[in-house]
Amino acid sequence: MMPGRHFLVKLARGLLTVWLIVTLTFVALNLSGDPIDALVGDQASPELIAHYREKFGLDRPLWQQYVSYIAGIAQGDFGLSLSDQRPAVELIAGALPHTLRLGLTAFVLGLILGVGFGIVAALNRNRPVDRLVMSFAVLGFSLPNFFLGILLILLFSLHWRLLPSSGDATALHLILPAVTLGTHFAGTFARFTRSAMLEVLNKQYVVAARAKGVPSLRRVLWHALPNAAIPIITIIGLKLGDLVAGSIIVETVFAVPGVGRLLVNAVTSRDFALVQAILIMVSVTMILANLAVDAIYTLIDPRMRAARSEN
Amino acid sequence: MAMPWSFRRADDTPVRAEARYPVLVVVALVLLALIVVVFLFADWLAPYDYRAQALLKRLRPPVFLGGTTDHLLGTDELGRDVLSRLIYAIRFSVLVALGGTLIGALIGTALGFIAAHFRGFVEEAIMMLADVQASLPFMMIALALIAMFGGGFMLFIAIMGFYGWEVFARLTRGVVIAANTQGYAAAVVALGAPARHVYLRHILPNILSVLIVQFTLNFPQVILLETSLSFLGLGIRPPLTSLGQMLGAGRAYLTTAWWIAILPGMAIFLTTMSISIIGDWVRDRLDPTLQSR
Repeated sequence: MMPGRHFLVKLARGLLTVWLIVTLTFVALNLSGDPIDALVGDQASPELIAHYREKFGLDRPLWQQYVSYIAGIAQGDFGLSLSDQRPAVELIAGALPHTLRLGLTAFVLGLILGVGFGIVAALNRNRPVDRLVMSFAVLGFSLPNFFLGILLILLFSLHWRLLPSSGDATALHLILPAVTLGTHFAGTFARFTRSAMLEVLNKQYVVAARAKGVPSLRRVLWHALPNAAIPIITIIGLKLGDLVAGSIIVETVFAVPGVGRLLVNAVTSRDFALVQAILIMVSVTMILANLAVDAIYTLIDPRMRAARSEN
Repeated sequence: MAMPWSFRRADDTPVRAEARYPVLVVVALVLLALIVVVFLFADWLAPYDYRAQALLKRLRPPVFLGGTTDHLLGTDELGRDVLSRLIYAIRFSVLVALGGTLIGALIGTALGFIAAHFRGFVEEAIMMLADVQASLPFMMIALALIAMFGGGFMLFIAIMGFYGWEVFARLTRGVVIAANTQGYAAAVVALGAPARHVYLRHILPNILSVLIVQFTLNFPQVILLETSLSFLGLGIRPPLTSLGQMLGAGRAYLTTAWWIAILPGMAIFLTTMSISIIGDWVRDRLDPTLQSR
């Protein structure tokens, strides 16, 4: 099974990357000075400092700390949040549903709008519709999301008083943050869908389908789009990092109590345990997502399967 | 890449001035020139000290909303002149982005040379680090570093310097390995020159144009990164200012004084937009294999 072996190699590389990130975090944490100082302040008594040292295991030799650190992470134990005294994992688990809801909504919105507009632009190549759509696409991915978010709040929440601007209690609350986060993806997907579709639309099988009398909607969606999907999926894989970075900002702008806002608060209060837990969680997610994208390639493109079994 | 100004067809062979300099590119070039002027001459252009507070003159509207000409763009919540702050914010943002991109380019290029020179284990280690960096959104890395090391101005520039080194390292490594196998490098080595000489005098000038193109790609990214982090209150912090810091601080006054937040936001948008428009245009023109589709 050659495709299986290819997948295992990728998985091993992913695990190695996670181990490197964990180790680099450990090294950087030890370089950055004593976290206890940040926690208790410089007025604390030596007894209090000693108490906290023992509590967080900072009184042991470095290699022991490293071993128990790795062992803890392998069991999903990232330690206690320094400022909250609750397990970091618990805090993340509480925030994750908010992030997933916002992220998925924004992503699906961006994908549908982007692919839709990209197809429309490709079919109307070099006509005014194409120009208009592509100008909006460029605007969409050049507008920084924090600025777009504030513009939307100014117009829709403060000026016209149509939509709420903070929290994510109802679907109505989700509209502005999802549009803010999704616009960037819509712009990117529109650009790539357009060029991928243009590539495919002139291929012989599309011309043949046309000659055969296949109706144009079916021709576009059934014959052309699946073949244009490979570059689009590549972009999805590459853009996941932007989704993570974008949600950090958008959650802060719209006061959504998700992982992004948790991270910003943790960085502001210098809560290392929480920051590293989120860092490691994000890297594992990113690596898994890229493995998934890789698997999807093989599923949808028979040529890839063939190419890999030959190697 | 498909851009709205590149819609000339392949049969438009007679090159007209309009096709060479589309309106959008001209606008972008003018804006970029303006940014350079503001960056260089902020001290002369700013009518006030960007930190000078005047609590009696708080939240004055800009002149186009019925304000007076002493404060053309109004004042903020502490009575500071918004125009002066905007001018200095542009200077600080461009300074951080220039510094950060430059550091990243230098580190990356150096590591690329080292990887290509030593090969073997050293190369594996450097390329592995590059993979790690590429596998995470840089925003995460920057936030983790800020959490660990705090947020001084120089430290912040250093953290921005971590951005994008891996692209420079990969580019340089690839080109140097290819160049090492070519006749001119072998000839110089055969004449008895040390490896350093070959790299600095012969290979580096050859790959400089590739590195400069990469620099123009990274620069707007670092501006966005800096403004995002400063917006969150984790990048450039008061009493210094940056476009992101102004936007983040002005957010609290959207109902009463929207211009405090919106003006720096427009500045960020126009800056990154003009740089990418010019970058795309230059790349389209330099690379004849890119057919405008």
